[in-house]
Amino acid sequence: MSGKPRLTYFNGRGRMEPVRWLLAAAGVEFEEVFLETSEQYEKLIKDGVLMFQQVPLVEIDGMKMVQTRAILSYIAGKYNLYGKDWKERALIDMYVEGITDLMQMILMFPFSPPEEKGKNLDSIKDKATTRYFPVFEKVLKQHGQDFLVGNKFSWADIQLIEAILAVEEKIPAVLSGFPQLQAFKIRVSNVPTIKKFLQPGSPRKPPPDQHYVETVLKVFRRLMR
Amino acid sequence: MSAKPKLHYTRERGRMESIRWLLAAAGVEFEEEYLETKEDLEKLRKSGVLMFQQVPMVEIDGMKMVQTRAILSYIAGKYNLYGKDLKERAWIDMYVEGVMDLLEMIMVFPLQPADTKEKKLALIIERATTRYFPVYEKVLKDHGQDYLVGNKLSFADIHLLEAILATEEFKPDVLSAFPALQAFKGRTSNIPTIKKFLQPGSQKKPPTDDELLAIVMNVFYS
Repeated sequence: MSGKPRLTYFNGRGRMEPVRWLLAAAGVEFEEVFLETSEQYEKLIKDGVLMFQQVPLVEIDGMKMVQTRAILSYIAGKYNLYGKDWKERALIDMYVEGITDLMQMILMFPFSPPEEKGKNLDSIKDKATTRYFPVFEKVLKQHGQDFLVGNKFSWADIQLIEAILAVEEKIPAVLSGFPQLQAFKIRVSNVPTIKKFLQPGSPRKPPPDQHYVETVLKVFRRLMR
Repeated sequence: MSAKPKLHYTRERGRMESIRWLLAAAGVEFEEEYLETKEDLEKLRKSGVLMFQQVPMVEIDGMKMVQTRAILSYIAGKYNLYGKDLKERAWIDMYVEGVMDLLEMIMVFPLQPADTKEKKLALIIERATTRYFPVYEKVLKDHGQDYLVGNKLSFADIHLLEAILATEEFKPDVLSAFPALQAFKGRTSNIPTIKKFLQPGSQKKPPTDDELLAIVMNVFYS
């Protein structure tokens, strides 16, 4: 029996990308099964492996885990990326949840109608630069440590760098008012497991393109309402 | 220093109701400060206590916690409602996240345009009876225990009961095909802390009526 976690999702970022980041950051190798057709998806449902008929699905430690947050929490806990006590965990959770709200906007962006894309992009920029990035800039400035929580690399740092890079893909100068985050980005990019994940050939997926959007819509076609 | 957690939100159920349920089930008394106007929210924002400018916010153990899931996880962990180890926590998290998806549909329902309400309601009932309830029915049937995870009351049970009762408000016989859930509902409702929360005069909030909806729209969306 393979010890490696196995991920089932589209061949693209979507809701699985944070899981890929977290496993990679923890130095955990994993396998991937890519959904390409609605028949594949319907077979998964028929076989009863998707608890709520949804992906992401991560087979790990004998469990068929679904629900992104449940999966991420488990991995973070297992690989000591969740702080040293309940209070550190609370901070990590707050930071991750905030970043997830920002990432949700980026996740949905490719699926928005063309006439709304300009407005949505403005909204991403606005929220990133006035609601989310200032919080983490301040946290890093105030304690002067390398990582967000407990002076130790955690899930919060991984989620933040994923978000920074994703927003920068759309708005290249977005960190211009945030010197702490600029330094953070460089530091965390150089954590060996992250550095490896950022290199070509890693499991990191490229930004969503039209083919990705079409595949998702096609696979979910019969179930969309 | 008050030992009681203090909740900041509107009088609506909204995103705070799950937190009220969990604290109550854990037997924890709490205070509430209600946002009644847009100015109340602006005042909170200006005072810098809202990490991402949003509520819910819960003052607890010296922290000003925001983000519903973070708050719920902290309370569950603190009051031993989160399983005995990482694997039990994983199952609790999966079950809770499923319930949350259903509750999210119910929570946004009052905000939907009138002409879509009937369709949205039908979707809530369909999802409840074909996607979510069957999962928990099977879990309970398969292990025959009183609670979803580890034979012990957890956050997952409390959250499921909340969702069952909320769905029943839309369709009273929604559990008709789910005998294990009916029994679960009966059992869990009789846990003393939960029974108390379900009685009149508790901090459990009613469904959102038009008057409260107007306040909520004014606070958040004007």
